[in-house]
Amino acid sequence: MTALYRRAVAAFGPEVPGLLGFLALVLLVFGVAAPRFLTGANFGSVAFQLPELGLLTLAMLMPIISGGFNLAIIYTANMAGLTLAYVLNQYGGVDAGIWPFIVGTVLALGVGALSGAVMGAVIAYIGAHPILVSLAMMIFLRGLGEFLTKGGDISGFPQWMAVLGHGTVWGIPVPLILFLACAVVWHIILNRTRHGFSVRMVGSNIRAAAYSGIHTKRTLVLIYTLSGVMCAVAGILMLSRFNSVRVGHGEALLLVTVLACFLGGVDPFGGFGRVLPVVIALIVLQVLSSGLNLLGANQHLSTAVWGLFLVGVMILRWGAERLSERKKRS
Amino acid sequence: MTAEARSDALRLTHVTKIFGGVTALDDVAFSVGAGEVHCLAGENGSGKSTLIKIITGVYQPEPGAGMQIFGQDYPRITPTQARMAGIAVIWQDLALFAEMTVAENIAFETLLGNRPRPVSYARLRADAQAALAQLDVGLDLDARLGSLPIAQRQIVAIARALVSDARLIFMDEPTASLTQSETDALLAVVRTLSARGVAVVFVSHRLAEVLDISSRVTVLRDGRLVGVYPTEGMTQSRLTELMTGASFAQGVMARDTASQPEVLRIDGLGRAGDYSDISLTLRAGEVLGLTGLIGAGRTELCHTLFGMTRADRGTITLNGRDLRMTSNRDAVAEGIAYVSEDRLALGLIQPQSIADNAVLAVLRKITSSAGLLSSQKKEDTVSHWISELAVKIGKPSDAVSTLSGGNQQRVVLAKWLATEPKVLILDCPTVGVDVGARAGIFRIVRALAEKGLAILLVSDEVPEVYMNADRVLHMAGGRIVAEWDPRQTGLTDMEAAVYA
Repeated sequence: MTALYRRAVAAFGPEVPGLLGFLALVLLVFGVAAPRFLTGANFGSVAFQLPELGLLTLAMLMPIISGGFNLAIIYTANMAGLTLAYVLNQYGGVDAGIWPFIVGTVLALGVGALSGAVMGAVIAYIGAHPILVSLAMMIFLRGLGEFLTKGGDISGFPQWMAVLGHGTVWGIPVPLILFLACAVVWHIILNRTRHGFSVRMVGSNIRAAAYSGIHTKRTLVLIYTLSGVMCAVAGILMLSRFNSVRVGHGEALLLVTVLACFLGGVDPFGGFGRVLPVVIALIVLQVLSSGLNLLGANQHLSTAVWGLFLVGVMILRWGAERLSERKKRS
Repeated sequence: MTAEARSDALRLTHVTKIFGGVTALDDVAFSVGAGEVHCLAGENGSGKSTLIKIITGVYQPEPGAGMQIFGQDYPRITPTQARMAGIAVIWQDLALFAEMTVAENIAFETLLGNRPRPVSYARLRADAQAALAQLDVGLDLDARLGSLPIAQRQIVAIARALVSDARLIFMDEPTASLTQSETDALLAVVRTLSARGVAVVFVSHRLAEVLDISSRVTVLRDGRLVGVYPTEGMTQSRLTELMTGASFAQGVMARDTASQPEVLRIDGLGRAGDYSDISLTLRAGEVLGLTGLIGAGRTELCHTLFGMTRADRGTITLNGRDLRMTSNRDAVAEGIAYVSEDRLALGLIQPQSIADNAVLAVLRKITSSAGLLSSQKKEDTVSHWISELAVKIGKPSDAVSTLSGGNQQRVVLAKWLATEPKVLILDCPTVGVDVGARAGIFRIVRALAEKGLAILLVSDEVPEVYMNADRVLHMAGGRIVAEWDPRQTGLTDMEAAVYA
């Protein structure tokens, strides 16, 4: 049993048990306080809300592990959504068939990849700081998007696309399936591929990684390209959830993705981070906010609680570290 | 009080320090005479730093210790009291402000006070000037510290200690990054200090340079006092024996390798500003030493051989084939490995695990046919090299930074040997490695050579290449100026030529 536990910790990270404890605590407290909390309907709403933030967090995760940052995730997602919306509107609008959707999706993913690749190339070959580069990209995409949409909404998509945003398969929301699939892909990339290995090494010490023969520049370009692709997936999901695209949709989520990464034990200085703890952290955040919502709390209050939650987790981690150090010494 | 006790700058008795069950110091005595130049010798982990931290009040010793500074008893001492008593420590990293001027660095403590008050730059400069005058050294007071070479920064650190009236100065590894002429300049300063009655304690595990001007040496090993010896007649090898408790009496390892096949050949290699007209051959199973002062172009040459920079002219031939490399990945693919001189920043990725560091250069080899990294192959590679090189580790998943210098260097070697190189370039492989562990590293190097690996051993420590290389090249000003056979040219002749 302990061997199994150890293997699980080795595979998924030492953060997982603590975060699961937190999740259990949150479920318990709200379960007692709010009678409707532990109902299928509430979990259904969590399951529909989580994926958007989740996909954007995955897009933020890889740059952060590499010691970087991607501030452009929201507008990359918006631009990808716009691309799909444009293709759908050009080829039938509400009557569009499956082909415009497929072509539009491929183009949307391409736009996300391009946005990321440009950032990655500038970061890798010019040596500029990721925050500056992604900030520039963020402002560029926002301006471009607002220019193209004249600040308005784009809507008028085929009815059947609602399946993507609101449908269920065997009772499981489609967005959740999409998110979990992406999370598994991300887990495999980060833990089991040469690229994922390089991401961590680049995050800890890029010069030493280069001295060891890691192609650090290519690694950086790929990190931001993949991040851009993940943004595009999020953008497509947002399009089908809201049945419209507007530049600025999801703006408030930008820093929440960073919060989720750090809650999930990602090292703010780069080099360390795993997918599963981040996913659990996301669930904790979402459950927390839906619980507060059920208790009738203001939505702004739930944002405040998220902030407090991160501070609390940092204090607990500090305490746990002190404790284990003391154990080691005695 | 006896006359001798009164003339002591520092007298410690029965100093013991226990950290959570680990005895760092065990009943150690230590004394320094006023104006004496003293050596405190011991390997890393022998308790030198703990002792200094007790003297400067950073740590408190276990009850029963006695401490007397300039004749006054201190049952316990705080860092402030220690400074007031005239004790100063110049750590290896110097703890100076790179962005401030020489004068500000020397005299900034005179600016500190409880209340804000205007800064008198005239007084600041006068104080700094006076301190430098005491050392008989002239430095530009307005130069930005960061623009000065290490040797001059060290002078600044000493001058700063004098400003706060230090009478007993500890210098931590003072000569580690100095060239011979810089070391000589430092020793002159120390003589001046000593003549003015300021005692100086050199703390080091590399004492050849300072042995001459010190009167006594205190040797620590594993937290215990080995003894206090006069330096008269003391040799580096005897000192090494005392520090490690083992004898490393070792002859010259050089053998004749002229009959071996040529592996690497360099013809007329040059790169503007770095090196020029470099020609050499390296044979299978040969350890070729390359020595010279810092700045001679050794590391720059290594970088070109490792594909990290391009030469302007000349050719590199490996096993008879011209090499055209555009990156170090090409070099690794061709079978060239490079152990960097900067293990901390470039050789290893310190926060990451031992296992990850060991497989860093062979990710392709531990990839399964499905394109995913195989944890089985990784484990096999790691455990193979850890046992092959006898690396002492806890778990392979521990951060590599938890290892000692010697074991870290073995992990670096493991990383590169896993690439199955034909040529191994070792750039100062024993920097920050204990005397005892150095011998272990060189045993590995010799064993690798005997298996046919061609090794280029670069070092600024002439004895190292003299002892361990089959041939020695001397590099100066970017050129190779001499070739020696250690069996024919003595160490003193080599050192005289290199340090001239």
